[in-house]
Amino acid sequence: MTAATVRLTVNGAAREGRCEPRKLLVDFLREDLGLTGTHVGCEHGICGACTVLINGDAARSCLMLAVQADGAEITTVEGLMRDGRLHPLQEAFREHHGLQCGFCTPGMLLTALDLLRTNPSPSEQEVREGISAVLCRCTGYHGIVKAVRAAAVTLAPSR
Amino acid sequence: MKPPKFEYHAPSTLDEALALLARYNGDAKLLAGGQSLVPLLNFRLARPAALIDLNRITSLAYIREHDGHVRLGAMTRQRAIEFSPVVARRLPLLREATRWVGHLPIRSRGTIGGSIAHADPSAEYPAVLTALEGEVVARGPKGERTLSSGALFETYLTTTLAPDEILTEVRLPVMPEGAGWAFEELARRHGDFAIVGVAAAVWRSGGRVTARLATAGAGGTPRRLRAAEEIVERDGLGAAAIEAAGRRASELVEPDADIHASADYRRHLAGVLTERALKRAAERAA
Amino acid sequence: MSDRWIGKSVKRVEDFRLLTGRGTYIDDHPPIGNIHHAAIVRSRHPHARILGYDVSKARAAEGVVGVITGDDVARETKPFAVGVTTPVHYYCAATDKVRFVGEPVAVVVARDRYLAEDAAELVDVEYEPLPAVVDPEKALQPDAPVLHDKVGTNLAGHRRLVYGDPERAFREADVVLRERFRFPKYGSTPIETYGIIARWEPDGICTVWSNFMGPFIMHPLTARVLGLPENKLRFIVPTDIGGSFGIKSSIYPYIALIALAAKHAGVPVKWIEDRREHLLASSSGTDRVAYRELAAKRDGTVVGMRFKWLDNVGGYIRSPEPGCSFRPTGNFVGPYAFQHLEVDASVVMTNKSLTGPNRGYACGHLYFETEGMMDRLADELGLDPIEIRRRNLIAPEQMPYRTPTGGYYDSGDYPAALDKAVQVADYADLRRQQARARANGRWFGIGVALAVDPSVSNMGYVATALDPEFRAKPEYLPKSGAVDAATVKIDPLGRVTTILGTTPQGQGHQTVVAQIVADELGLTPDDITVVDEMDTFTRIWSISSGTYSSRFGSVGTSAVALAARKLRAKLVDYAAHLMERPAADLEFRDGAVRPRSGKGPSYSVKDLAGRAHWNTESLPDGMEPGLQATAVFGFGVSRAVDAEDRVNSSNTYGFIAEIMAVEVDRRTAAITILKYVTVHDAGTIINPMIAEGQIYGGALHGLGGALYEELKYDDDGQFLTGTFMDYLVPTATEAPAEIEIAHIVSPSPLTPLGSKGLGESSSMTVPAVIANAVSDALRPLGIRITELPMTPSNLWEMIRQAGDRGAEPRASRAGHPRPEPDSRHSLQ
Ligand SMILES: Cc1cc2nc3c(=O)[nH]c(=O)nc-3n(C[C@H](O)[C@H](O)[C@H](O)COP(=O)(O)OP(=O)(O)OC[C@H]3O[C@@H](n4cnc5c(N)ncnc54)[C@H](O)[C@@H]3O)c2cc1C
Ligand code: FES
Ligand code: FES
Repeated sequence: MTAATVRLTVNGAAREGRCEPRKLLVDFLREDLGLTGTHVGCEHGICGACTVLINGDAARSCLMLAVQADGAEITTVEGLMRDGRLHPLQEAFREHHGLQCGFCTPGMLLTALDLLRTNPSPSEQEVREGISAVLCRCTGYHGIVKAVRAAAVTLAPSR
Repeated sequence: MKPPKFEYHAPSTLDEALALLARYNGDAKLLAGGQSLVPLLNFRLARPAALIDLNRITSLAYIREHDGHVRLGAMTRQRAIEFSPVVARRLPLLREATRWVGHLPIRSRGTIGGSIAHADPSAEYPAVLTALEGEVVARGPKGERTLSSGALFETYLTTTLAPDEILTEVRLPVMPEGAGWAFEELARRHGDFAIVGVAAAVWRSGGRVTARLATAGAGGTPRRLRAAEEIVERDGLGAAAIEAAGRRASELVEPDADIHASADYRRHLAGVLTERALKRAAERAA
Repeated sequence: MSDRWIGKSVKRVEDFRLLTGRGTYIDDHPPIGNIHHAAIVRSRHPHARILGYDVSKARAAEGVVGVITGDDVARETKPFAVGVTTPVHYYCAATDKVRFVGEPVAVVVARDRYLAEDAAELVDVEYEPLPAVVDPEKALQPDAPVLHDKVGTNLAGHRRLVYGDPERAFREADVVLRERFRFPKYGSTPIETYGIIARWEPDGICTVWSNFMGPFIMHPLTARVLGLPENKLRFIVPTDIGGSFGIKSSIYPYIALIALAAKHAGVPVKWIEDRREHLLASSSGTDRVAYRELAAKRDGTVVGMRFKWLDNVGGYIRSPEPGCSFRPTGNFVGPYAFQHLEVDASVVMTNKSLTGPNRGYACGHLYFETEGMMDRLADELGLDPIEIRRRNLIAPEQMPYRTPTGGYYDSGDYPAALDKAVQVADYADLRRQQARARANGRWFGIGVALAVDPSVSNMGYVATALDPEFRAKPEYLPKSGAVDAATVKIDPLGRVTTILGTTPQGQGHQTVVAQIVADELGLTPDDITVVDEMDTFTRIWSISSGTYSSRFGSVGTSAVALAARKLRAKLVDYAAHLMERPAADLEFRDGAVRPRSGKGPSYSVKDLAGRAHWNTESLPDGMEPGLQATAVFGFGVSRAVDAEDRVNSSNTYGFIAEIMAVEVDRRTAAITILKYVTVHDAGTIINPMIAEGQIYGGALHGLGGALYEELKYDDDGQFLTGTFMDYLVPTATEAPAEIEIAHIVSPSPLTPLGSKGLGESSSMTVPAVIANAVSDALRPLGIRITELPMTPSNLWEMIRQAGDRGAEPRASRAGHPRPEPDSRHSLQ
């Protein structure tokens, strides 16, 4: 099995690496590109810790091969800050105690971002359904739901 | 949980993909959204010699209305279906069912072709295909054929597609104006595969009721509930008829037990959900 | 002392790095030269004799640098010490037999994890399959397959503990009730799995990075297993751990295994457990069969109880088991005043994975049973479940209260907390709603559950597992204690750094510590840098160190407060010397040492720091240079178990009162939570936001166990829930939409800040409260929940059977046969 070159854009920057075709995108991001903010929690699509934005849509990076991301534009949690300031969604997570151990947080943030893009003013039930894509064992989801709803309000005018 | 070694090909045309399939002579797997296949690879429960990635074949992703049908390319993402105006207008049942397929990040990648070809008996799309009397198009070295749901689904995770065939398109007849629909489902958690799901569509034309019912999770393949449909077609959409149809539905299914639910419970649920689905569909029907 | 920061919901300092993907979890450890990766070969058999290994193909595979098997483990390591006297030989991998599916049998080390997994598939192990047993009752039958030949039975340990005179209590009781309960096996599946990096240094020191959470008793145990002196084995725990809930206390056998693999391979080795491995073989609570008996008077006063337990610890008994049976010894009686108790605890080994602490350690089981019995008693006597509990609560005037089992409840007002729950839930209105719902044929139920919430385990409790005769031997060393340490130091420009080694897993220790130190030194939390990284070479630690048993809020915070106070006293002494005034005339206020009254100069922390660091000549005679203080806090109430098996198994005791209303769908048997009120008394709350976060999280763990999560095996020992599709972790849609939290504050007299722990919180009450609520909902059918999890399918089957019975259910229970006065044989 020969290594392949993967060229892609991550958080706005052109990146490149070589890996076997079987290498999972999440391992490529973490090991080859040094972006350890994206976490691995199950490697079978359920926990959502590995969720990143692929061409703008939230998707599991454990269910994609790195080679499939060739040419793609990817956003990871490392790319959310702007000018050294937290993204309003990150702010809201801090404000509403939307994280404890922080392990689910990267996937939670990117999933919530996608949710708010497709549904800018979700109801509580819609927020719950949206983030049910990511498992959190610490928070009971309470703070997360509050944070996402609050972020929806903050983000509304800018949209 | 890392995938075993495989060769990887990402053809950009269907013909190339077919040629590759032929070359590996049954040892290759098609990779669509990967939302079912990649977990199997990570668990090393699938060990294909090669993966043929369909994701670069742009011509396989489309939603088109044509000739009283909506045609969906096999590589159409579930997410695209969810947000498609054509689907919302012409196939509201498919749209509603899509919301039950995993979660948004799963639907970002998962495809309609992959879901149907994977033939998980608890999956929503096969039930919709069955209820709406849709067809799939398969291309192989010997050309193209179309298969009805009955001809396609064999048993758990098994279809009649040949190893050298690719499912290229799903065709669903446009739902008549004024049709009512509902997809009812009970799962252990939101986003899980159904314990049981029921797809329903009803419409009235010239004083006659037409009903369509199919299940997910109540047997090895999706099951059309013709005898239950007949009850409401004969007796109308009143509460008593709907209840009777529900009862009939639970007699029609042949579910199995697994760790999530007993066979009897599934049978019971098939009845309850048929009733609920019919009720909601009837309310929506013009 | 100003009280500015304690009690405030200060935002967490941890969040910035965690929100931006810059946490430092074990898998993010900066690259280590020449690191290689391990894959563990695991048993597919529930029970089999190992006949031999063939590792030649694996060794020859691409990228492989080492393979070890059980033979190496048997040759080069010792078995772990276990908490019982039966000769269970528990090694870090299988040596003679495999005893559960997923048990490690070999380790392959290769250039990367992909290659390691490829090679792991090439390891051939020859097995002779043996019959398996998974049910703890069946495992004790004479014809059951025996797991450990040397033990000769599957009973790892058994104790009969008698407190007061239960015999008489039962003889003289007006009412005796019996019930059988089953509690399922579930874990907490932290989203971050286990992770270890082991590296041998040229000088013979083995450094291990891991997300181990303590207790650090496991460090000396592991050192002994590896044949290393303690000061040659270095445990380092990175700042961030991705959740644990007790589970990561059981990583230590893997530390030994990976260290051995690294030694053989001659390279540093990293192993990150994958989810399949985690579900197969990390850790969980026990599944338990319990027989409960309750003796009461007509007026509802409980006079005694009998507990008979069979705790299933899986293929081996791994320390700190049998904590599953004994961790709550001091609070066996819960919040109730009865004095007579008999506990018959059996710890059983079967072909399931191993167990250990899981959030609420043993208390979920305890209260599920006890609170179920209290409801049965209410039923029996026609009393309201609130009323029956009120009649039995320990009174506030009795605090501090010595329980018959040796617990020392430091403070609390249980009736007030229950009243608060009743008021917040509007219990009377709930009952009215219920009446209306029932009239409409709906299955609406209300549940109540109370719990004494123990925090900070006294390590001495583990000895309850041993016979008093054994403990009386002269060579036996008694065990007790619960300590934690902290250092506070001030640098030359007056900035404060606090150093801990508490291994937090998301509890926000850095934030809480900054609040405490800010208050003690009159600063703001921003002025304080908190370094929380465990390193057994550089931190002060002891047997009990770590973050488990809700310790930090009680013992950790105490160490911090005391260290800060020590340092403050030193600053005052130093300033007194500079001012040439008696220290008694001065006080520390708003970040400076000032005269208590009148005028005079004051010295700010910054000022004193500069002088003390720059000019040691300015220090008074005998004062140690440097501005730092270390405090090691320990509880005086931590004593060894006494000859009567009494032990204060924890050090501070909070209280929980919960009320929940549910509806069970008449058609699908799905449960909907309509109302959930939880009242907590955890003494002084340092950061309400963080405290409530623990409650929300704990409640969902309890709900997971009650409704969704179970590590399931078939009768032959095959494991059925090896994926997250089968082991169901609740998502945001399953979490109750609204949880009403209220607090009562009874400060602990034992801690400097009055705080207690609450990390386990509602995980121990939710199984009880929801089971009671569902029982109440299904009362018209005569169904009482005595087994978890309540899946819709299970519930529906029960409902159907009740329907088939067709009997008027209420009557059948009213006529519950009164047991024989001497009910002992029913316990056999
Ligand atoms: C967390 C999670 C939750 C999920 N929940 C649900 C759910 O509730 N309901 C549900 O229905 N699904 C669910 N899924 C599965 C998801 O819908 C998958 O997308 C779907 O089953 C497979 O589609 P895919 O495009 O990902 O196919 P892949 O995973 O790429 O392929 C699946 C199989 O189909 C074959 N295949 C793919 N495309 C073709 C083709 N064109 N012709 C022939 N063979 C082909 C592949 O070779 C493979 O064997 C879930 C998945 C996850 C990870
Ligand atoms: S690691 Fe990808 S979903 Fe869990
Ligand atoms: S914050 Fe720990 S898993 Fe979500």
